[in-house]
Order: sequence, then structure tokens, then C-alpha cells
Amino acid sequence: MAATLDQSLATNEDQQLIREAALRFLEEQDPIAELRSLRDGEEPSGVSPAFWDEISALGWPGLLAPESFGGSGLGFRELGVVFEALGRHVASTPLLSSSVLATTALTLVGGWEDLPKAADLATGASRVALALEETNRFDLDRIETLATRDGEGYRLSGRKRPVLDAATADVLLVVARIEGDEDSLGLFCVSPNAEGVGMTPLRWIDGRRAAELRLEDVAIGADALLGSRLPRRELVEPLLDRAAATLAAELVGVSAEAFEMTLEFLKTREQFEQKLAEFQALQHRCARMFSDIERTISIVQEALRALDEGDADRSILASAAKAMASETARHVTEEALQLFGGLGMTEEQDIGLYFKRARTSSLLFGDAPYHYRRYARLNGF
Amino acid sequence: MPIQGGFSDFESGLVQWLDEPAAPDFSKSVEWSRRLGERGLLAPHWAVEHGGAELDKEQVRFLESELRARGIRRTVSGGLEMLAPALLEYASAEQLTRFLPPIARAESMWAQGYSEPQAGSDLANVQMRCEDQGDYYLVNGQKIWTSGADDSDWIFCLVRTDPNASKHDGISFLLVDLSTPGIAVSPIVLISGRSPFCEVFFSDVKVPKENLIGGEGRGWPIAKRLLQFERNMLGSGGLSALTGRAGRKSLSEVAIEQIGLGDDGSLRDDALRERVARQMVDERANRLTGGRARGSDAARVSSILKLASSEASQRRYSLLMDLLGTDGLGWNSEGHSEYEASIPRQWLRSRANTIEGGTSEVQLNIIAKRVLGMPG
Repeated sequence: MAATLDQSLATNEDQQLIREAALRFLEEQDPIAELRSLRDGEEPSGVSPAFWDEISALGWPGLLAPESFGGSGLGFRELGVVFEALGRHVASTPLLSSSVLATTALTLVGGWEDLPKAADLATGASRVALALEETNRFDLDRIETLATRDGEGYRLSGRKRPVLDAATADVLLVVARIEGDEDSLGLFCVSPNAEGVGMTPLRWIDGRRAAELRLEDVAIGADALLGSRLPRRELVEPLLDRAAATLAAELVGVSAEAFEMTLEFLKTREQFEQKLAEFQALQHRCARMFSDIERTISIVQEALRALDEGDADRSILASAAKAMASETARHVTEEALQLFGGLGMTEEQDIGLYFKRARTSSLLFGDAPYHYRRYARLNGF
Repeated sequence: MPIQGGFSDFESGLVQWLDEPAAPDFSKSVEWSRRLGERGLLAPHWAVEHGGAELDKEQVRFLESELRARGIRRTVSGGLEMLAPALLEYASAEQLTRFLPPIARAESMWAQGYSEPQAGSDLANVQMRCEDQGDYYLVNGQKIWTSGADDSDWIFCLVRTDPNASKHDGISFLLVDLSTPGIAVSPIVLISGRSPFCEVFFSDVKVPKENLIGGEGRGWPIAKRLLQFERNMLGSGGLSALTGRAGRKSLSEVAIEQIGLGDDGSLRDDALRERVARQMVDERANRLTGGRARGSDAARVSSILKLASSEASQRRYSLLMDLLGTDGLGWNSEGHSEYEASIPRQWLRSRANTIEGGTSEVQLNIIAKRVLGMPG
């Protein structure tokens, strides 16, 4: 690894320490070697229980959770360097679903008090999946799942797909419209074992796990509505900002590591009696990749900072970061496959794993065109 | 020169002075450069004897933010942003006290005598002869692509003092007064119809020996260092200043004016809407990278910034041309507003952005070799 390039999301010493510890930890646990067997094996969560225990011991599941519920209440800059490290190791973990999406949704609706055993979320003892999306092309304007009144409680009906890590979640948090209040969304706590809940696990190209969740007249109590219902934009937009910025941080790690691996390969591989790295045509392509990653880091750092400090334009920056990080990761990993030549096409080489992860993380929570459109809308054009 | 701008309380004194009724209009960059220079505020962190005000970092930040808040711009000055930082590293104490104060007061304007007809990207191939005649140097040759030489007072030149030494070792760094007999300046008309660049001809020009910086044959390291300052200047907004003012109007504003919004509040052309958004994101990423560059890793980032900003500038003007449609095609024509008429000129001028100050290809070489450590 060409560590001297040192492309990093850290902006101060504390973040640098968290980042280095995360990289060291992942290096020792070596999830890259494990990734293929987890992807192809029987383990339903895509993460080994032992590895999740180690992650939990580090406190990562509670990075964003409030301190009163066992979390460390840190910010997105700290979370960002952890996700950069996870991206560098193409790790497949339920951190995004449980510790970012579900955690953020709970905070947004003010639902921590209402969630049974909420403190288990921060310790990693329990995993929570957020059932939000209902379309294969990301579109949060189309949430049809409906909660109808039934005595004191509700009945939930709808189809959620994809739901990240749902098949191994202990608790499902379902985002649904509420009968008679079409402009609001509520966050409902549902047991995966409740009657009427159907699930089809989905395995993805990069080892990530998701599921299709079917809710057929699922009866839940009044206390299943966590916190308060929110006007749809007040739930959906901030959730999207945080998911987009987190994925952008992961994509920086994917891009930077794939680039370093490619550069290292070009410096060792010989053809025509010289190192590939000596060819100017390849040098210029590398210089462009490096430059794109560096500029992407600038905007992702700014988006993470804006979330932490509550800037007025944090949504604009989150979309800018996700758009640019998605494009950079796709471009860099496509270039990487080409520059690795036939070797890059083999399952044995790790570079293919980066290519696949770049695709899923750039698609999740809106691809680049989606976020350019959102950026335009938020800027009034 | 009064210390810290001559204000008894720096912050309140500065604000009062900036907002004096007698002060020039904020848009007048030449007048503001002079006015700031008189108080040492053009080179605010420099020593007083060099024409600065010896402000600390905090005060410089305050000054910058007050200027930005009022939209006060200073003229882009190669003397201030490229030459002076190189002089501070390589010139003698006498040379500093002689050359820096006029730069800090915006009294001397400097041209860059680098390129020659046979020394473009291969800059070290400079041929301009500089012969030691005992009391003075005798200079003969030609420089090309010297920005603003027709409006400048001085020129800093790469000259060849030793034709027998190796390519890089025969080069020296010489400061020449443009009013010296034997110098002829001739503007070059570009595809934009304008003449921002000149050719400068030297025939038997006598230059005092104390105008040579850093010693004979020691010019190349100075030349390279100065190029880095040039990349910083061009990368951090200097290009748009060189290329034109109209380009600074907000892109989304122009897009809405030209194309209009549909009922759903989005631009009536989806493809242009995405291009405008993409351009805005790209420019923001470049500005943020420039902000990071002012920290520790300035050298590493200067080529990235030059590369990215020059290409972004070209895309911006190309996009503006597309937004204006046929209204952007006017050439010395009635029936076009001043704004419309300015865009094609700036679009054409912007094509030089990836050539001047080191071509994109040279920047890519620098990144590949110096930052990525690629061999060859």
C-alpha cells in the first residue's frame, strides 16, 4: 500500500487517531479475505458474529447514538473517517443500516425513549433495520406503506424493498404514512416475528445483504409509533442528507484504496521491458484519478462538517458530496479494472470487490444524477 | 509605513477606513490596490521595510473577510503573487528593499519573461543570451506570451548566462526595467480578438549586474519555485480574473434568465440543468481544495488545482455559450447586450487556461512524477 499518498478524510488529530485505529483494526481482522466466503456462505447477515462483536467492542455501533442511550454522541466527521476505513477494506457490516439509518431516524422523530431496550442499539447487542424505500430506483416521494387505525393501535400494510440488513435485524423500524394524515410519516417499531410480516432475503454483488419486507395487515400497538410523526420532508430530507454523506465517506475510502492498489500494480508490472508506470498515457490517467479523489475529499469533508455544525446549506453539500463521490468511485474503479488488465477480471484479485462496492454504494440513497437534480432543486432551478 | 495599517485599534480602525465616504467605489480594483498599498495592506503580512503592515494571521483573516464582504477586489498582480514570494526566498537583503516596496504599493507592474518561441512546455530550453560585459549584462533574444508586457514597468526573465553548461545549469534569473533602450514590445492578437499577451524583443539591452537574483547559473530552482506560486495564483481564482468578470455571474441565475423555470420549479431543459448543477459542484470542490491548499500541503495541491480550475473555467464558458445559444455568437455587432458580447470573447480566451502557466499535460506530469512517484 502506497501509504505516502495519505488521502484521508480526517481534518484534525482526533479524527486522524480514530481513522488510524480503524485501519489497524480492519487490517488485523482482514475482512477482505473473509468477504468472499461471507458473500457466498450461509451466514445470513453477511458479517461474521465474531467480527460484529469486535466492532461492537470498539463502540462503532454507538458513534451517533445519544450518550444517554449508551452512545458516544460523536459527529459525522468522526463517523466519516470510520466509513472511509470501512470503504478501504470493502467491509460489509450492518453499521450503515443499524448505526446510521435507524439511529438517525430515531433521533429525528425523538423516539429513543419509546424504543424498548434502546441502549442495546448503541452497544451492538441488538441490530435495527430501517424499512424506508419501496422502489428499485431511489425515490423517497413514493412511500405507500400505510398505517391504518385499529382500535388503540394500528395495522401496517405495504411492501418495502430494499431494506438493508433486514433479515438479521432484531427490530424493524418501518416508515409509513398514517391514515387521515397524508402529509406526515411515522416511524413504527415492528418485530420481524410479528404475524403478517414476510421477508425475502436478498444477497447483493458486493456481499451486502438486504431484504424485501412484506407487511400484510400487521397489528401493532399504539406504543409502536416512536416519537412523533413528522411532515414527510422533515423526516425524509435530513435522513437522506445523513445517509448520502455517510455513503460519500465510504466511497472516498473505496476510491482511494482502489487507486493505491492500481498505482502499486503499475509500479511492479512489466511489459515491453519496462514498468507500466513508466508509460505517460497511464501516468496521466493516474494523475487525473488522484486529482479527482483529492477534490472529492474536499467536498465530502465539507459536507460532514456542515452536518455537524448544522449549516443552512448542509443538504446542498450532502448532495454535492454524494454526487461527486459516486462519480469518482465509479470512474476510479472502472479505470482500475482496465489498468489491471486481464488480472482485474479474475475473482482472485481484490480490485473486483472495489468495483462492485462502488456500484452499490453509488446507487444507494440516490446516484449521481439524482443528487445533481436534488442539488438543482435545493438551489432553486 | 505605519505598523498594522496605522490604526490604533486594528479592527475598528480598518472598518472605519474601508467605509470612509471619500473611499473609491468598491468595484474599482486598481484604485483599491493603490489605496490598500499605501497602508501596507496589499502585502499585509510582510515586514514594514518591504512595504507590508506586519499583520498577524488573525488580522490578515479579518482583513480578507472585510474586503470580501464589501466585494473589494484587487488587481491580479504577478509581481505580488508570483515574483515576490520567490524573491523572499532567493534575493539578497538589498534586492528585497529595492524591489518589494513598489510591488507592495502597486506602483510597479511586472511581466513574466519565461516562454520563448522554442521554449514553451520545455521551458528550460530558453535561449535568450545574457553576457557578462564587466560592468553590466548584455541581453539579446525574444520572449513570448508575456501577459500585459505593454502595461508593465518591469519584466523578470529566464536568461542563458552559460551556453556551455548543461541545459538547466546555464539559466539565470534576471530583473529588467522595460524602459531600458533596446526593448520592443508587440501585442499578439488572439482568437478572442484581444491582446492579453505580447512578444518582447531584446537587442543589446544593458542590464545592471545587481539585477541578477541568486547568482549566475542558479536561475532554474528559482524559476520552478515561482511556477509553483503561479499555479497557486491561477488555481485559486486568478484564472477567472484573467479570463473575464462576466463569467462570475452566478450560473444558475444565467440559466434561469435564459431558459426559464417550468411549473415544477425546475429548469426547462433537463440536460442543461444537470450540467449547471455539475459545474457548480465542481467549482465548489475546487474552491474547497484551494482552501485546504493554504495549509501544509500547498505544493502537492498546486498542480491539482491548476489542472482542475483551468478545465472548470473552460467548461464554465462553454456552458455559458450553450445557455446563451445564438445570442452568444455576436462579434462586434449591434443587437447584442454588453453581457452577451463579452461571453464569446471570454469563452475564446478561456481556451488558453489549460495552456498558460504550464499546460494541463505538464501539470499531469508533475502530479504523476512528484506526487505519485511514477518513474521515467
